[in-house]
Amino acid sequence: MYYHLRLTRALDERAQILYRQNKVVGGLFSSLGQEAISIGTAFALAKGDYVGPMIRNSGTVLVRGHTARDVMTNYLAKATAPTQGKDNSQHFGDVERTGVVSCISMLGTLDPVMAGMALGARMKGEKKVAMTYVGDGASSTGDFYEGLNFAAVLKLPLVVIIENNQYAYSTPTSKQSLLKDLAEKAKAFGIPGHVGDGNDVLQVYGITKVCVEEARSGGGPQLIEFKTFRMRGHAVHDDASYVPPELFEEWKKKDPIARFEKQLELTDREKADVEAKLKAVVDDAVEYAEKSPPPDGGLAYKGVFEDDEIVQFTPWWRRDA
Amino acid sequence: MPELTFLQAISRGLWEEMEADKSVFLMGEDIGKYGGAFRVTEGFLDKFGPERVLETPLAEEGFVGAAIGAAYVGMRPVVEFQFIDFIACAFDPIVNFACTSRYRWGQGVPVTFRGPWGGGLRAGPFHSRNIEMWFAHSPGIKVVAPSTPTDAKGLIKACIRDNDPCLFLEHKGLYRRIKEEVPDNSPPIPIGKAKVVRPGEQLTIVSYGMMVHRCLEAMAQMKDLSVELIDLRTIYPLDRAAIVESVKKTNKIMVVHEDTRTGGIAGEIAAVVNEEAFEHLDGPVIRLTAPDTPVPSAPAMEDVFLPSVADIVGAARKLAAY
Repeated sequence: MYYHLRLTRALDERAQILYRQNKVVGGLFSSLGQEAISIGTAFALAKGDYVGPMIRNSGTVLVRGHTARDVMTNYLAKATAPTQGKDNSQHFGDVERTGVVSCISMLGTLDPVMAGMALGARMKGEKKVAMTYVGDGASSTGDFYEGLNFAAVLKLPLVVIIENNQYAYSTPTSKQSLLKDLAEKAKAFGIPGHVGDGNDVLQVYGITKVCVEEARSGGGPQLIEFKTFRMRGHAVHDDASYVPPELFEEWKKKDPIARFEKQLELTDREKADVEAKLKAVVDDAVEYAEKSPPPDGGLAYKGVFEDDEIVQFTPWWRRDA
Repeated sequence: MPELTFLQAISRGLWEEMEADKSVFLMGEDIGKYGGAFRVTEGFLDKFGPERVLETPLAEEGFVGAAIGAAYVGMRPVVEFQFIDFIACAFDPIVNFACTSRYRWGQGVPVTFRGPWGGGLRAGPFHSRNIEMWFAHSPGIKVVAPSTPTDAKGLIKACIRDNDPCLFLEHKGLYRRIKEEVPDNSPPIPIGKAKVVRPGEQLTIVSYGMMVHRCLEAMAQMKDLSVELIDLRTIYPLDRAAIVESVKKTNKIMVVHEDTRTGGIAGEIAAVVNEEAFEHLDGPVIRLTAPDTPVPSAPAMEDVFLPSVADIVGAARKLAAY
């Protein structure tokens, strides 16, 4: 867990540098300060379970078996990336191998999709759980309600995490909802709602684990709100000047990695070992991504359908007479 | 060989696919005991049970998203919209999730969306719409619109077996109006292939859905003209070759559809003909379509809204004389 927390942050920090070097294609959405939610929840899943991460949940996909190379190549939109450069950022997945579903930019849409995966698995006689995340912002969407309600009516093994980082872009949670705890929305579906400290990885793991197993054993969908704070802007371009500085100060003291280090009582030697390993993994990922070729431009025409013949595209002036 | 209505042919196609493949299941509102708003799935609940005839809450965005998720894990959901107009509520998961999934990360989505579609039944602005071009213009989904029971049965099977998202449009004006003999366990009909309904020499008319039948009525009134009638059957992918081949023979073409004009498939067909058969044209490519308005309720207005037999005859004669 500690290693994955640190790996998530190390990759995030390195990506920030690559972004400033103009090497990242598309936006860059930081998980700084929120890593404990991705890591704690992902560790609560069993092999074969399904998970739909959001753009700040790179920690989740790392725990589920995607590599640092996957993360870096996708940021740099290289031919070796999981999406071969067709999508960017944290938008990748592999249902068969890691159980990860690639998110889209319309937030909340994962709720019904993950409910459907839970449904499909149940129809096949499998005891799988599907888990996904929404932010405080996406908990306002119709998809959030429709997906959870669908899952509730059918008693599907779905766990939805509200990652309340208090800002949706520049909009504070107070402008999303009048509720103090967003987990109270569980009442609307007749399902259990839980609230936890999102910066305490062990608490995140503990609450999620109980909910995952409850869902697996037929208890129906579970809603958990973890409180945290977004320590950077919405994306790199955003300086978050709308956030009162004292909030950053307050939440810096609650940094999930520093807190976990205290709980673990790591020796300097142990910490140095982890750091050496991290450096090697991150260096390798960055070097691999930078050395990878860009995708062939002609790939743009491929893969819309199973049959590539459908999308034939030759500009008129290049056609034979 | 059983004689089936358009509706029965679709129903029979669904039934045979569900019998043949356990991963095929139905989702939608009121499709169980009630059998669906138009009774396409009547009797399915008793035969296949509530798990495979899954009644959903009234929430299109939710159950469409769920269908996509089920397809991700190897199921083949067939989603019924009570009226296809309501697909607007689920536009986001279809065009952003289902349509981009294979392209972005290689994950196919074998899902079929189907529902009653089209005008002429005095059903008003929200139960009559032609929504085909919203999706024909969203890369990643096939759009199918048959006009006969045989094609309906064959194409619904093809949609269900397809490994990509398909939208299957059922003209409700045809549901109980047309009948033909359709064999049991008939094979799927390939998506993306138009059909020459009647061969002809002087003029090509391209249409789909209920308008195919209106074109046939019009042709019966102008037997002196040799008209070639093409039923698109699939709107996306468009069978360009069939259209171009026909124009090269007849040198004149008009497109008839009940969809509204701007951005309708007729404009796309005109562009294809322009690019690929320009030298063969002896007249302008003519569009006979609905105007750019919502579908009005009152019969007097809907009759003006939809291309009529008289419109088709008038346009065909004018073009033939060009």
